[in-house]
Amino acid sequence: MTFKTTRRTLMMGAAATLALPTYIRRANAQTAIRVAGVHASPVENAWNSRIHLAMQEAAASGLIEYEFSEGVAATDYPRAMREYAEGGAQLIWGESYAVEREAREVAADYPETAFLMGSSGGPEGENFGVFGTRNHEAAYLAGMLAGGMSETGVFGSVGGYPIPEVNLLINAFRMGVTEVNPDATFLNGFIGAWFDPARAQEMAIAQIDQGADILFGERIGTADGAQARGVKAIGSLIDYTPRYPDTVFANAIWNYGPTIAAIVADVQAGNPVGRDYTEYSFMAYGGNELIYVPEMVPAEVVPAMEAKKAMIEAGEFEVPIDADEPA
Amino acid sequence: MTEALELLTSASLWAAVLRIATPLIFGVLGALLCERAGVLNLGIEGIMTMGAMVGWLAVFLGADLWTGLLIAAMAGALMGLLHATLTVPLGLSQHVSGLGITLFASALSYYLYRLIVEVGQTPPTIEPFRPLDLGPLTDIPFFGPVLFGQAAPTYLALLAVAILAYVLARTPLGLAIRMTGENPHAVEAQGLNPIRIRIFAVMAGSALMALGGAFLTTAAFNSFFPEMVQGRGWICIALVVFASWRPGKALLGALLFAFFDAYQLRLQTVVDGVPYQLFLMAPYLLSILALVLVARRAEVPEALMAPYRRGER
Repeated sequence: MTFKTTRRTLMMGAAATLALPTYIRRANAQTAIRVAGVHASPVENAWNSRIHLAMQEAAASGLIEYEFSEGVAATDYPRAMREYAEGGAQLIWGESYAVEREAREVAADYPETAFLMGSSGGPEGENFGVFGTRNHEAAYLAGMLAGGMSETGVFGSVGGYPIPEVNLLINAFRMGVTEVNPDATFLNGFIGAWFDPARAQEMAIAQIDQGADILFGERIGTADGAQARGVKAIGSLIDYTPRYPDTVFANAIWNYGPTIAAIVADVQAGNPVGRDYTEYSFMAYGGNELIYVPEMVPAEVVPAMEAKKAMIEAGEFEVPIDADEPA
Repeated sequence: MTEALELLTSASLWAAVLRIATPLIFGVLGALLCERAGVLNLGIEGIMTMGAMVGWLAVFLGADLWTGLLIAAMAGALMGLLHATLTVPLGLSQHVSGLGITLFASALSYYLYRLIVEVGQTPPTIEPFRPLDLGPLTDIPFFGPVLFGQAAPTYLALLAVAILAYVLARTPLGLAIRMTGENPHAVEAQGLNPIRIRIFAVMAGSALMALGGAFLTTAAFNSFFPEMVQGRGWICIALVVFASWRPGKALLGALLFAFFDAYQLRLQTVVDGVPYQLFLMAPYLLSILALVLVARRAEVPEALMAPYRRGER
């Protein structure tokens, strides 16, 4: 059951990253470009792991050559960027949330190098591109499944900090729930940390005590609370089902491959990369997807979700982006 | 408002209090033991991280859970030995050494973890301590789940409070430790070796701290994350002052902090219109307030942070 889900994720991810480079390489027959990743966190942290995996897949397919640093402190961050730029990397990937000003200064000093940064700000100049994390469409679809599954009609969510990329995800989940269950009640809590699974778990238990029987787990630890109390949970960014087989029935997966393919194509074509690459995280590009365990979801809630998914992919429905802090 | 008060009567809240308090109880006892002998141990945050990693890793590599805790305690004692070596015979600044230990132990834990463990999409798991089920005892309404439905190390923490209180107050060893923290020259005059006593106390205290960290990875959760101690060690340092260096009060302080935390997690979901930061802040804020009220009367060990040099006057 879980194996099926995992294999599908793998195959879809692999197909996306394999197909795009083939297309791009046909358009511009060039050698692999040199990419340096500067990860502020260890690469196994959920968010970074998605990027790291996509980079490794892109490297395996011959699209890029990939080297990286991880756990780079904010104070050391510009230094690492410069070192890679001096070392001849053609594209420097990173996350400038904590170093917006410094990262832009570095990019200005190396106009020949392309930069792609996870950022709260906009693009800058010719060579400083940015991207946001968008798996909100998948979260919306997960909400549609959850809305039809809950017995109590109470839905919880546990987030790290209320930054836009967390808020819009939780809000999209809620909108999905509301579409099929207009009377739903929502609970939310922030734990004020990115990695405190013990506390995320306590928050989950607190919400279950308040009647929640489906939890949207933006943070790891949430599903542990759900597992302990025998309720269901939804994962975000990565596939949590193998870890919590009878608890996590759906995951809002983020695929970074399309974003890499897009910026590599720009670099190869000599286009300025100083633009916003967020759109490549959208479902239309395969940038996010819902995976779920069919055996855990009642068959009658699936068709509405599938119909909505088709509409999103066809561009007929746009999942609203609401970055306000959920109450 | 009534909802907020009703929360106070739920067994689940009070069960959570003990769960949240457990790593703090170990940590505060450890810090207290070090300080009672006259050594401030700011290595606590790193030692807890080390305990979390080593305890988990031992179980991951095949040890049973209790052996995992024992190995974690030994790793903590080793870090304590390092801190003690720097601060006791060498008499270096306890602040600098302690913070150095925190940086070193945190980084070393993560380094070893990465060397040994293959991490997939999510970090690998172990089968952790489960809440006990003592049958009829656990079935008692309210008190059952709170007092008899905890994971085993929670009881170890409570036992440690009693043992430490007894040892410190009622045994020659405890007297020697306390005296070393007050007046090491007097200890020397008694024919005891204050250097050895301090090293022992720091090692034993660090072992306790490491148990607090290990609780996070072997009971509260089942994987290791490098940042997962999340300041619990620093809380313990403050709680020692709150406790006036007494184990009983240390237990009280840990429970109080855990209560504020468990309560705010629930209030966040019940009370609308209040920024969540205020709730998150509450345990810290209230602890500071309690500290202000209590610490005025606290009796600081006289020789705390003063390195002992033989023959010095």
